Amino acid sequence: MGDRIARLTALFFACVLLAIVALLVYELLSRSAPARAKFGWKFLTSSEWNPVTEDFGALPFLYGTVVTSVVAMLLSIPLGVGAAIFLAELAPAKLSNGLTFVIELLAAIPSVIYGLLAIFTLVPLMRQYIEPFLKETLGFLPFFQGPAAGVGYLTASLVLAIMTVPFIISVSRESLLAVPREQREAALALGATRWETTWQIVVPYAKLGILGSIFLGLARALGETMAVTMVIGNVPAVHASLLWPGYSIAAVIANEFAEAGGKLYPSALVELGLVLFGLTIVINGFARMMIVATTKKGSKR
Amino acid sequence: MKKRVIVYGVLAAAAVSIALAEVKINACGATFPDPIYEKWFSDYHKVHNDVQINYTANGSGGGVKGVTDGTVDFGASDMPMTDQELAAVKGKTLHFPTVLGAVVPMYNVPGITQELKFSGPTLAGIYLGNIKKWNDKALAADNPGVKLPNDDIMVVHRTDGSGTTFIFTDYLCKVSPEWKSKVGAAKAVSWPAGLGGNQNAGVTGVVKQTPDSIGYVELIFAIQNKLSYGLVKNKSGEFIKASMDTVSEAAAGVKMPDDFRVSITDAAGKNAYPISSFTWLLIPANIPDANKSKAIHAFLGWMLTDGQKIAPTLDFAPLPKPVVEKEQKQLAALEGSASTAPASGAKKKGAN
Repeated sequence: MGDRIARLTALFFACVLLAIVALLVYELLSRSAPARAKFGWKFLTSSEWNPVTEDFGALPFLYGTVVTSVVAMLLSIPLGVGAAIFLAELAPAKLSNGLTFVIELLAAIPSVIYGLLAIFTLVPLMRQYIEPFLKETLGFLPFFQGPAAGVGYLTASLVLAIMTVPFIISVSRESLLAVPREQREAALALGATRWETTWQIVVPYAKLGILGSIFLGLARALGETMAVTMVIGNVPAVHASLLWPGYSIAAVIANEFAEAGGKLYPSALVELGLVLFGLTIVINGFARMMIVATTKKGSKR
Repeated sequence: MKKRVIVYGVLAAAAVSIALAEVKINACGATFPDPIYEKWFSDYHKVHNDVQINYTANGSGGGVKGVTDGTVDFGASDMPMTDQELAAVKGKTLHFPTVLGAVVPMYNVPGITQELKFSGPTLAGIYLGNIKKWNDKALAADNPGVKLPNDDIMVVHRTDGSGTTFIFTDYLCKVSPEWKSKVGAAKAVSWPAGLGGNQNAGVTGVVKQTPDSIGYVELIFAIQNKLSYGLVKNKSGEFIKASMDTVSEAAAGVKMPDDFRVSITDAAGKNAYPISSFTWLLIPANIPDANKSKAIHAFLGWMLTDGQKIAPTLDFAPLPKPVVEKEQKQLAALEGSASTAPASGAKKKGAN
């Protein structure tokens, strides 16, 4: 009897979760209906965003969200995983615990604080030193051309990288620490150096956790709103160069929804929400597939 | 014994709540007049402690939406409702101008100590992206004797939908045919040039930090944050600095239509500041709850007399006298129709 009650309760909670997701999808679909009817699939490929003529397209925002998140992950993965390896494998326990405390503190800082810090310190630094330097040295690449305004894709990516690093470090470190001591001892006993032990035994063992930490960080980067809108420049345009100002989905919804009048305008903003939802589903699905693929490989070995 | 105490307690609580029975009124809308509205509503509560008005500053669009959906008792907006919006509301909606506002061009050009002057077409040219450098011929002609740098202009605009943007773009439409055909006037537009900042604070942040930049903000915001801003050329050909007086002057010259929906940008007066505007309360003509209706009308009467005297203390320009008188007439007509209406309202209640 007790088992049955526990089972039903758990089932109920699981169903509530499902219902919330279903309600979310339903609301997004029904509220975006006017915009979907008007623009169709063209919504995803059009880069027009004009509230006066009521012509809307998602491309600049989709592009901005993906580019800033990807660049942020390129910066934060080596930094985060490297730091996690140091903290779990190399640092003395006292130092490791102290540093981990500080890093977890970083993860708890509200994003608006990161945004303000970025406006007042990172943006002037970018404008005066980093962006002119990039233009001079790497200016032949299409990624580093255009204005050096201080705000833009690159600055937003840097802020996102700083914000996602604590997640990656914290979760990666935990999964590295969870690797059984015997694994390390066995490797060392076989004559492996410390580096070989870490890189060939410990890291592959903890791969799942590290991948999980990366996708956690990516999820935060995709949905981040306040910090991004403060430094991305808020211009709905598509540019190959990372120095140009751009826009992201979450930022445009936050900025424009409150004052969006009429029928089509708010509906187009809701459809942007739907696009972001779709994007996270695609990325989460991709993450699942990757995890399944790596665990299979592990079991074969 | 215990039960008795509880019963008395409940009775006492009920008595207290009857004694404090007050009319609670909800309103929402424009953010720019929020400081004076908050002050008005709290001051009014002090003299009439049976009336409490709660105001949520969720933007002019929010005010119009609230009135249309009937989720609030009245709304507020920096932009008069369009015919289309008025038609969407069940019942009639009246506009009551409350105070005046203005939008000022704010700039950050290193090495310039004089106050810069802008003519309307120059401002439009800058925001269209046609005027790209600070030493452009048009800017030099507006500012004789000023040594302008040969640097690119960094244009900054609001990115959130805003009454400020409406007032600014409404003005640009009047002074530049190209702006009117290419961009238009609205709370959010498709900007041909420049960076976006979120709210007045965001625009100010970018302009303060970026050399050679220009942005636009509400006058009150500029005054309270001690920002320097430029002069704008008006219809009479004078360069005018925005202040409470020059904004009032812009309102004084206007011919007020009966529904109070009027734009006073590019006003004709000699000392009129050209990027000025009224801000409005949106009042439903028929408020079903008789108590609420009475309280709102009484507040409007107070706002037009005592309320106007408070406005300058918070740097808001008060309404010109003829406008106040005209509004008082509208209010009197409204009260007249309301005093006959409640009978039917009461009957309905009885039937329920």
